[in-house]
Amino acid sequence: MTFTRRNFLKSTAVAGVAGSVGFPHIWIKDSGVAWAANGEIKVGVLFSLTGTTAVVEKSMHNATLMAIDEINAAGGINGMKLTAVVEDPASDPATFADKANKLVLNDKCVSVFGSYTSASRKAVLPVFEKRKNLYWYPTLYEGRECSKNVMYTGAVPNQQQKDFIPWLVKNFGKKFYLIGSNYIYPKEENNVCKILLKELGGEVVGEEYVPLGHSEFGSVLNKFRETKPDVIFSTVVGDSVIALHKQYKAAGFSPDKMPMASLTTSEVEIAAMGGEYAAGHFTSAPYFMGHQSKENEVFVENYRKRFGKESVTHFVSEAAYFQMHLFRKAVEKIGKGDITPIAVRDATAGLEIMAPQGKVKVDGDNLHCYLWPKIGQAQADGQFKVIQQSSDWVKPEPYWAYPGQSCTKDGLKGA
Amino acid sequence: MDIFFGQLFTGLSIASILLLVALGLAIIYGAMGVINLAHGEFVMLGAYGTWFLQSQFGLPLIPCLLLVFFMVAAAGWVVESTVVRFLYHRPLDTILATWGIGIMLQQAVRLSAGAELRYVQTPEFLSGSIDIAGVGIPSYRLFILALTAALLALTWFVIQRTEFGMKLRAVTQNREMASCYGINSARVYSLTFAFGSGLAGLAGALVAPIKSVAPDMGTNFVVDAFMVVVVGGVGSLIGTVVSSGLLGSGTAGIAFLLNDTLAKALVFLAVVVLVRFRPQGLFVDQRRR
Repeated sequence: MTFTRRNFLKSTAVAGVAGSVGFPHIWIKDSGVAWAANGEIKVGVLFSLTGTTAVVEKSMHNATLMAIDEINAAGGINGMKLTAVVEDPASDPATFADKANKLVLNDKCVSVFGSYTSASRKAVLPVFEKRKNLYWYPTLYEGRECSKNVMYTGAVPNQQQKDFIPWLVKNFGKKFYLIGSNYIYPKEENNVCKILLKELGGEVVGEEYVPLGHSEFGSVLNKFRETKPDVIFSTVVGDSVIALHKQYKAAGFSPDKMPMASLTTSEVEIAAMGGEYAAGHFTSAPYFMGHQSKENEVFVENYRKRFGKESVTHFVSEAAYFQMHLFRKAVEKIGKGDITPIAVRDATAGLEIMAPQGKVKVDGDNLHCYLWPKIGQAQADGQFKVIQQSSDWVKPEPYWAYPGQSCTKDGLKGA
Repeated sequence: MDIFFGQLFTGLSIASILLLVALGLAIIYGAMGVINLAHGEFVMLGAYGTWFLQSQFGLPLIPCLLLVFFMVAAAGWVVESTVVRFLYHRPLDTILATWGIGIMLQQAVRLSAGAELRYVQTPEFLSGSIDIAGVGIPSYRLFILALTAALLALTWFVIQRTEFGMKLRAVTQNREMASCYGINSARVYSLTFAFGSGLAGLAGALVAPIKSVAPDMGTNFVVDAFMVVVVGGVGSLIGTVVSSGLLGSGTAGIAFLLNDTLAKALVFLAVVVLVRFRPQGLFVDQRRR
């Protein structure tokens, strides 16, 4: 915003109405007035529309824009319209950081919504911490992070696995084979899995990581044959998920005896491999498209109306959707002149909202969300049948696997 | 024992896919000396061609294969006659030009077919597995193995036993001299490039049902294909066969004993060492250049 006389008068007026801090308010660089000017609130939308992860990020982008339009159609936030500033970081962490800088400094977005991969989140983190801005991250991830400038609305390991592992042990057996892509997320998830298995008297008969983008699972399948696990615990991501499922079925394995239990296989991956390859396998996630609730019905219907009959919603697009409504609810609580990224964060802490997956709540200390983990079984039509839902929302514990460490209001304790 | 047998088959299967992808490159690189970095994209075009024919016209895989071969061969012919033809005397520029073509093809597919992963159906009768010596062998992989052998035989036949092949061998040995004898070397090169591209397309169509179809799927294939050709020895068909066998079973074996990440690294290391001490590859081409 340039400092013309007109803007100056308007700012002064708004600051006057808000009357909270008074005079210095308009002169300080981070003043609330700049964040919500001319009756609009600018938010950054930072999902890759091109590049390797565009497949998934496009759906998150869509869900985010849909939520913004819903909010505007209902009259905006306290009479102010939400304006989306869209950037395409092209699946490249360095570009993520550049675009984040631009959204925060040039466009003066009060919050930025984005990222699928942990690499891209880690790349933008310094920008948001340095500029005291706020990033909204809708993806399930490995935990072990405690930034005060990020709202985490996806699941962390303890939420996805706490019910899942005991259920798998009870129904299929104690021998697990852990297979993942070779990067941080699968390794952290497997740490949690191993701890849970140990408590249950289970056994890890193999642990293996394949390169990202790997598509030749012949040798891995032979190891399954040799070690005869009861469950294959998969944190393979991206294209590899498709190759793994196809080759698993072609090798003559059956999910009745040795199912794959995944934290990453969603409706999107199934659409890309064909339902018959996924049928019978299990995924644990807070949300499935097939979940029965009034909110989800509306969400799916609107999404399909807008993006086509064939389009699917899945756990990350759902989080991308509800986090925008969380943002709305938080900003509604703040006076017009007091809107700053930090005020938005403080207003979001402890907030509850009805999401398609159920009622979620933001933890006041670690800024992660209380979620409703579900166990879904993939069906031949490409949907998941929800087999079990946790009886209560599950508290997010990003440092679950690291006793003594916890993420508190003042940052990481005990590290 | 059955694990050993299963692993042997896995090695063979990986080798057959390597050979399939490298065959077209072996011809283009071996005969014409063109380093075609767009080779992976021809593989990708083949996979997308199959997806397109299947999703739009409901064609089953087998007839798709034939159509895709000619479609991608046509694309190769166009690339040869518009770009590569003018660069035969500038090998370094060919690398840059074909790389650029590769990027353009990738983006063109991304824009037209979308960035989503696509899926190609396995024919019903090949989707199961066959029990051999107590090991479930995926029938589709057997199918690939058989088809690769057939394509290899076909390629050998074309090069060694047809008039076109004779001309190709003549042009490969000495282009000027061959032209003096009345061989239309430009035409021979065009057709060779088209044939090599067609084989790449076929490879793409064949791997599509077991892997995922995405615009950037070619990148991995082109690296593997070059590795096979360089190890085998440029211009040697038998070298290509042997080196894909070695690399395939090597990768599978190490992946089984250790893991896939290490297998990739160790195989690369072995190739680097080999190329250091035997730059001409395993099988030396006896021809004069």
